Amino acid sequence: MSVQDVVTEAGRGTKATAAPSWMARARLGERALEMLIKIVALVSIASVLLILFFVGKEALPVLTSAEASREIGAGGLFAGHDGQHIWQPVSEIPKYDILPLLAGSAKVTIVALVFAVPLSVAAAVYVSEIAHKRARELLKPAIELLAGVPSVVVGFFALVVLSTWVQKAYGAEHRLNALVAGIGLAFAICPIVFSVSEDALRAVPHSYRTAAIALGSTRAQTILRVVLPAAGPGIAAAIVLGFGRAIGETMIVVLASGNAALLDPSLEHSTRTITATIAQELGEVVVGSAHYHVLFALGALLFLATFIVNFAGERMVHRMRARLGGSR
Amino acid sequence: MTTATASQARANWAEDRRSHFGDRALVVLTLVATLLILAMLAVVLLDVVVGGVHVLSWEFVSAAPTKGMTAGGIFPAIFGTVALTLLMTVAAVPAGVATAIYLAEYAAPSSVLARAIRVCIANLAGVPSIVFGLFGLGFFISTVGHAIDVAAFGGQPTYGKPSLIWAALTLSILTLPVVVVATEEAIRAVPRELRDASLALGATKLQTILRVVLPEALGGILTGSILAVSRGAGEVAPILFTGAAYFLPYLPTHLNDPFMSLGYHVYVLATQSPDVDRTKPLLYGTVLVLLALTFLLNLVAVAIRARTRRRLKSSM
Repeated sequence: MSVQDVVTEAGRGTKATAAPSWMARARLGERALEMLIKIVALVSIASVLLILFFVGKEALPVLTSAEASREIGAGGLFAGHDGQHIWQPVSEIPKYDILPLLAGSAKVTIVALVFAVPLSVAAAVYVSEIAHKRARELLKPAIELLAGVPSVVVGFFALVVLSTWVQKAYGAEHRLNALVAGIGLAFAICPIVFSVSEDALRAVPHSYRTAAIALGSTRAQTILRVVLPAAGPGIAAAIVLGFGRAIGETMIVVLASGNAALLDPSLEHSTRTITATIAQELGEVVVGSAHYHVLFALGALLFLATFIVNFAGERMVHRMRARLGGSR
Repeated sequence: MTTATASQARANWAEDRRSHFGDRALVVLTLVATLLILAMLAVVLLDVVVGGVHVLSWEFVSAAPTKGMTAGGIFPAIFGTVALTLLMTVAAVPAGVATAIYLAEYAAPSSVLARAIRVCIANLAGVPSIVFGLFGLGFFISTVGHAIDVAAFGGQPTYGKPSLIWAALTLSILTLPVVVVATEEAIRAVPRELRDASLALGATKLQTILRVVLPEALGGILTGSILAVSRGAGEVAPILFTGAAYFLPYLPTHLNDPFMSLGYHVYVLATQSPDVDRTKPLLYGTVLVLLALTFLLNLVAVAIRARTRRRLKSSM
């Protein structure tokens, strides 16, 4: 092999790494695939915008269409009829007062939070601060499994079993009522409130605990006066996220609340929530009618409420992380 | 080091004899709360299993409902649920994995786009399922389906009506966050050294992702997909208006057919049954099948995740 050959070989070698056409084509293919990944990543943004647009589009005629507002009546969705607040969209004179529905949603959500928050936060304290490491590794997934039970199954359980228990213990006027629905909802939100609270407690730096103990506080004092307050924003976020989940839950309340749109504060009366109303009425409604648009308006309201609530919850978690992380 | 002392401190806590009354009260109260939540899970599982197990038979899972849904089986509902979740997975998993790859491998931490995607994912996870149902009706059926009908079928309602494909796509958006979160976590857990080694050997970034990172993250992708399937199979609210049917004499064979589903069947039997006492056993049986499907999938996912996490910890 002459020197010349070696030089040409080497020359070819350099050329090969510089720009053979197959490699350029491969680069192009990669570029295309990377572009595709980026475009597909935009699906989530597109979905949120599309939900906002299409739910909003069908909801808007409630405010803008003359025909719809004539049927809804002069006072809009809160007006009431002869001093009474009635939701009765299918009748000779349709009554679209959503106040009983808002009250129903509020009632069951509050009941759910009253049951779920103390239980879940206390369980989070046990799992994060007290349980052995082994026990914790079992307990956390076990509690989170509760979130894997479909809501229609929880609803069925509330309908068949829980309502009987509540009836026996309490003797309510209606067998299916706000209390039963609220307790059923608590089943659904416990895992969320627990999980977010537990994460918040574990994010509190260990130095907080050792410092408190070194200053002579008991373990209970350490937990109640140091760790819990430090995790406060995270626990608040857990409650907020639980609220968002409870207010949007559908199948449990459809099955367990009794679905009578009564406007009263009683927990032992049947009640009807926003979600249950949409679920039960949209299937039978004429597309484009005032009733149809009002149901979409309720959906839009729900979407906005959960959007704000979830956004606030996420912000709280981030802020707490940033604060605790900075002081570590 | 700190974590070791932390867990030690926690471990000693329960046995500490000198602990104060307040300490012991706190332990008891929080333990009771924990047990109560576990009892919620146990009582639901137990009731459904006890009520439903004697209904299960080959006929129950292989035959169609008869006598106005007061007898027979639930095969069409099982078939519908499986078809629905399969279609949903085909749409949700690739989109979710691509999103996770973008977030974990391509986007800069401070990227505005990445932050927007994260906000939207978190938001999608929080949107009430009934709103997805409204969206499916307003977007997929009334807009996309209707446009297809006008373009290809002369305005004849062919795709502009509730059907399998629209329900599956609606569910795929609902379950997208589950896939993204699990996959991104798994991708981020792949050690940096593996990427560096691959890049140092001359692999391109995309080759590294496809041949090194993704195979390593397979456990997480699998977890996310299984959780998504479990979630999708159990959801009822989003399919109420997008394709679920009360009763069908035939199985869905086309993408634009309506379908029966287990969750919807439970809802129908529980609320619209002509004879409550005669349907109750069937209802329990259906709930048991649905719960077995979703719950077992969940259990598998949790087990895979626990194993992946343990392996990760031991390799670090």
